[in-house]
Formats: sequence, C-alpha cells, structure tokens
Amino acid sequence: MSAKFETRDIVVPGDLLFEGRARAGDNTYRNEGNIYATRVGLANYNKDRVSVIALEAGFIPLVGDLVIGMVTDIELGQWKVDIGAENEAILTTNDAIGKPFRSYQDMTKILDVGDTIVAKIVDLDRRRTPILSIMGRDLGKARDGFLIDITPSKIPRLIGKKGSMINMILKETRCQVTIGQNGKILISGRNRENEELVVKVIKKIEAEAHTSGLTNRIQEYLKDIKEQRK
Amino acid sequence: MSKSKAKGKTKTKRKSRKKKFERVDGRKADELRPVKIETGVIPNADGSAYIEMGRNKIIAGVYGPREMHPKRLSKPHRGVLRVRYHMAPFSVDPRRSPAPSRRDTEIGMVMTDALEPALFLERYPRSVIDVYVEIIQADGGTRCASVNAAAVALVDAGIPMKDLVASCAAGKMEDHIVLDLGDYEDKKGQADVPVAYMPKLEEVTLLQMDGILTTDETVEAVELAIEGCKQVYEVQREALKKKYGMDEEDAAEDAEETEELGEEPAESEEEDK
Amino acid sequence: MSNNIVSRLKRKKIEEVLEAGTRMDGRGLNDFREIEVRTNFLEKSEGSAEVRMGKTHVIVGVKAGLGTPFDDTPDEGVLMCNAEYTPVAHQTWEPGPPPHGAIELARVVDRGLRSAEILNMEDLGLVSGEKVYIVFVDLYVLNWDGNLIDACGLGALAALKGAEIPVFKVSKKNEVSETDKTQKLELRCEPIPITIYKIGKHFILDATADEEEVADGRLTVTLDENNNVTTLQKAGPVGFTVDEIKKCINIAEEKAAEIRSQSVASE
Repeated sequence: MSAKFETRDIVVPGDLLFEGRARAGDNTYRNEGNIYATRVGLANYNKDRVSVIALEAGFIPLVGDLVIGMVTDIELGQWKVDIGAENEAILTTNDAIGKPFRSYQDMTKILDVGDTIVAKIVDLDRRRTPILSIMGRDLGKARDGFLIDITPSKIPRLIGKKGSMINMILKETRCQVTIGQNGKILISGRNRENEELVVKVIKKIEAEAHTSGLTNRIQEYLKDIKEQRK
Repeated sequence: MSKSKAKGKTKTKRKSRKKKFERVDGRKADELRPVKIETGVIPNADGSAYIEMGRNKIIAGVYGPREMHPKRLSKPHRGVLRVRYHMAPFSVDPRRSPAPSRRDTEIGMVMTDALEPALFLERYPRSVIDVYVEIIQADGGTRCASVNAAAVALVDAGIPMKDLVASCAAGKMEDHIVLDLGDYEDKKGQADVPVAYMPKLEEVTLLQMDGILTTDETVEAVELAIEGCKQVYEVQREALKKKYGMDEEDAAEDAEETEELGEEPAESEEEDK
Repeated sequence: MSNNIVSRLKRKKIEEVLEAGTRMDGRGLNDFREIEVRTNFLEKSEGSAEVRMGKTHVIVGVKAGLGTPFDDTPDEGVLMCNAEYTPVAHQTWEPGPPPHGAIELARVVDRGLRSAEILNMEDLGLVSGEKVYIVFVDLYVLNWDGNLIDACGLGALAALKGAEIPVFKVSKKNEVSETDKTQKLELRCEPIPITIYKIGKHFILDATADEEEVADGRLTVTLDENNNVTTLQKAGPVGFTVDEIKKCINIAEEKAAEIRSQSVASE
C-alpha cells in the first residue's frame, strides 16, 4: 500500500498514483487494485482518497450547473441548445414558460434559433443529454452583452473562495458578469472601456491560474488600471 | 547492436570486404531521430499538438467529445473515435494530390485502433471524438509520429485516458536491425515495422510490417521499436507538463486554492468525472 | 457557437461596438491584427511561407515540377493555386473535398497573381507544346479566425519570393533532364489582396471569424506595388454603391502600401 507520487506532483494519464486500497477520486481510475491518473494535473492525496486536480479538462455537465448556450434548432415542444458538452442540451416549453407546447409560432416568439440563453441543468436523462430550465431568477434569453470562452477547469479560480474573485471584479468594473460552468461568460457593462477591462482580467486569470497569490495580483492589476485612467 | 543476417546472404557478405555499418544520417542502429513536441498549437481545436521527428513536421488537432453527425454512424452505448490522416501536397517530393489516398485511409484505421484502447469511449455514448492529423512535411515514419502527436492532443483536449500511446518504427537496413527509419531507409530498406505502445499498461496497440524478416528478426525489431516508443514517451510527458512549468511552491498554492474552490462532487469509485 | 448559425447577441454587440468606432478586440476599423510571416522553413518544398494574422494561421507551399502546357499557350509554364480547408482549423469544418469557400479562396488568390503577371510564364516553358514548368501554390489553412484571402495572398507572395526551383536542361533532341542546380523564381511584381468587410453600413479590415460570420458582404481588392488593381472580388448577398466601391479601393490602396513597407522593413 503506497502512494507513488507526492501531493502536488504533476502527473499524466496512466501514471500509477496508488498501490492498494484507497478511494478513487476525480480524474483517476482503478485497475487491478491500483489507482491511476486519467488526466494531466496535480496528484492529490487526501486522507484515504486519491485524486488528480485536472489542469486540462473539457466541460462535464452536472445537474445544478449554470450554463450559457445558443439555440440551434426548434423541435415540437423543445429547443436544442449547444452548451459545448458532448451532447446537445434540450429545453422543453414546460421548462421555459411553465406551459406545455402549443404551436410552432409560439415557440419562435419565445426563443428562436440563434438566441443565447442562461440556463440551469436540471437533469441528465438516461442518454446523458443535459435537460435545461430557464424558469428562475436571472435565467432566460440574454438580450445584451457578449460572450467569451475560458477553459472550464479554470472557472473555480475565476469565481474565487466564496465568490471573492468575481465579486471583486464586479465591484471594480461595475459590469454584469454571468459565469457558465461550461466555460462561457456573458459580459455586459455600461461602457466599452469597462467591458474590455473585464475581458483582460478574465484572460489574465486564465493564463496565470497556476501562479501563487492570484487574488492579490488581480486586485493590484485592477487598481493600477484605475490609476492609469485618472 | 547485434547484426542479423538474412538467410542465404551470409556467403555474399563474407566475400565483400567488411565495411563498417553506417546509417545515412550517421545515427547508431538504436538511435532515434531528434523529437520535439509542443501542445496547444491550434487555438480553435479542443486539444492539439505539433511534432517534429527528424524532418517530419506534423500537426494533430482534436475536437470532441461532441455530437456525432450523421447519427447513423454513432453507437448507442459508446463513443466513436475517428482519426483522419492527411498529407499536405507540399509535404513530399514530388507534390502529391490533396485528395485522400487509400494509404491515408488505411493509416487512419490503424491509428484509430492504436489510440482507442487508451480511451474510455463507453463514457460518451452517441458522441464522437475527432482526431485530425495533417502532415506538413513527411520524412519516413509519419504514421508513428502522427500517433505520438495525436495522443498528446487527446490529453491536451482534457479527454480522460488510461495511458498515453507512444509510437516508433524499427526495421532492417543493410542486414542490420535499426530503430526509427528515415525516409531513405524506409524506401531502400529491407523491412519496416511500425509499433505503437501504451507504456504503463505495457501493451502494443499498433503493429504492422512490410518487407522480409525471419521470425527472430521480427521479434527483435518489435522489441527495439518498443524501446523507441519508451524514449518518445518521455518527450510526450515533458511536453504535457511544460505548459504548467511551475516550481513546487506555486503548484502547491494553486492546488490548495483550486481544491477549496472547486466543489468536489460526490465520490465515485470506478467512474471518474 | 455551432454550425454556421449566427448568434443574435454576437451580431448585436459587434454592430454596437462598430457604431462607437471600434472593434470587439479594441482595434480601429482599418487596423490589421499582428502579422507574422516566416519563409523557407520546409525542406521538401521549393518555397514555403507561414502566415499568422492574429489567430488565423495558414501555410503556403510552392512546388515546381514538369508538366504539359495548355493547348492555347504551348510555350508558357503553368501556375496552379489550390486551397485546403483542413478540418483542424475550425469545429465546423469537416473532412472532404474543398467546399465553396476554399475554391473561391484559391481562385481569388490565383487571379491576383496571374493577372498581375507575377511570373514570366514564357521563361517557364521548356519544349514547345510538350514540356513546361508547373508551379503549384498550395494554400493550407490550419486555424481559421477570419480574413483568409489576405493571409493566403500574403503567404503566396512570400512563398514565391523565396522559392528556389530546379533547373531543367533541354537537350538538342528536346529531352528534358534535371540538373542539380536551382534558381530563384523571378517575380515581376508583388500583388497583395486587401479584403474590406461590410457590416451594416460599416467597413472593416482584417475581420475575425466572428466578424466574418455577421458580415453582410465583402470586397477584395488586390493591388501591386504600382497601385494597379489586379483582382476584384465581391461576395455576399448585399449591394455596394459606387461610392462605397471607391471608398474600398482607397482603403485597400493605403493598406496594401502599409503592409508592403512593413514586410520590406522586416526582411
């Protein structure tokens, strides 16, 4: 029974993490009584659980995730939405307006192909298709703003401990920022200058996610920009 | 490196003066060409890698897992891996047509079979993982170099894998078993044995042979090729880790922060996320 | 995000920002992204160039070989341009024969070079009616983020400029044989395409993929160093007024000159 790496070592898929009994956590798999890494990331040994903190991972839809996507098709009683997952997501009229399907014309009036929506994943059906809902506060069609992409695995960093990072950004830039777990971020501000600042900051966080003391650096960065503007 | 003589050739060899065996580029029999790998070279792709192996210059890009179109090609209970091997017209001399050849199709197939064992396709029913390989310059052993780039691109795309896949060819040139045939050796040599190998699981996933070898020579070539694969594997590892070139302290702080922030979902035993 | 369906939000925002005289990435309407050109990096190709314009990434290869001339020009060499939209370049690009966009790309770049008479085609003849040089220019798109015509046009020029083609010897009996010598291709001019994109009533240069997606149309103007127009190509289901065309040609003149002086400076 032994750990083959140390916590915070960088591992690649196939690396033997643990020989013997332990719980297989994120980004690992068990084979013949041993635990191996399945993604490149940092080995993490926690009590009796072995996991890898993935540095590179695609979006894996989970129930409860807030996502931002685009309507790509209209079918009877439902819209198909691209959220960047391995399957296209589905939004039924029930989950959009709380009423069952009536007619095609009604549907395009509510949401049309090309519309961007902020939604919650309320279910994953047995074929792993994400089922969405836009019934709820702050959910629905996005009417203003624009989207940028970041790697889904960096989203927790962007949000920060109890939202500390994102709240700081919102306060300093006074923009509306909606973060989708699928790596899509909706930004809308009162002026272009602030919007561009938000984009810069988010890109900086994505690029420097692996450096230490990021929260402080971002705070400094925002302060510097504001000084420059005066 | 031990010399192997093909049956029936011994007499001829003794007659001629014993010349020291030299490869065209001066390499030793068991020496690889220089290998260089870079990740994240195609911004639009989900994952990508660029490889130089000798004078081979190859790009691999990955899209997926994503919905598979046309639907009739998708599988209800597992994902599909699609690998496309394609050569740029200017990658060889003389220029070749950009239209896919039968050789391209066959290489795509053996590459798919080489990479699939390392993936968890049962996690992506009805979806497809597309791997596109573009040969920018070819100089012998392109299918091996392509597998190397494709494997790294898959990891770069964040697709979970059981192991990496490394690939290298061995062959016979002037009665010697040699590693990593260059273009000249490929064309003028007596045999070519490309191999792909999962280094931790210790399994061969691609094996082809072209030429004439005794059964002993065949085994020798395969074993030599596997040694080559292991060397390439080290380059693949470094390329994947390079992006996160950080010292211990930074890595630790980052890991702590990320761990506290990310909601660790409910534990799953065999199945990871 | 997917399959050529244009996001309403994207179009709205891009137009909003254009109204204010700027672009999503902060550029001015007539600003190009950073252009990087690298030449002669492929050993098996007689000429090569790699062009990056922002995230757009293309490689151009020039190969020269022997072939038969066209019937109506028995003493002239042949120039052929081909473009490949490789499936790595964008999530919506699929493997297969070149789609319409790739064919147009190749033909527009080709015309820009051919009409400008960049090569002396008679110099590329060998045996009248039988054997001539064929110069292939292959445009290979590796990452699509807009403005392919300009990127490939620049790449084709750079690749041809640095190309060294084999010297063929013609014997008295009209037999053609290869020597081990090479020669540089003589370029008589340097045509550069500049594409102006129309979004609503705004005109921009060097569109990104997003901007191309919401553009109503575009006009490509290829100019040589003497400000001769060697190609025009209008695309998109929208009309241009004569004034707009004049305006586009002026913008293209200015920009081509700017890019030309930049690349001379970096040589």
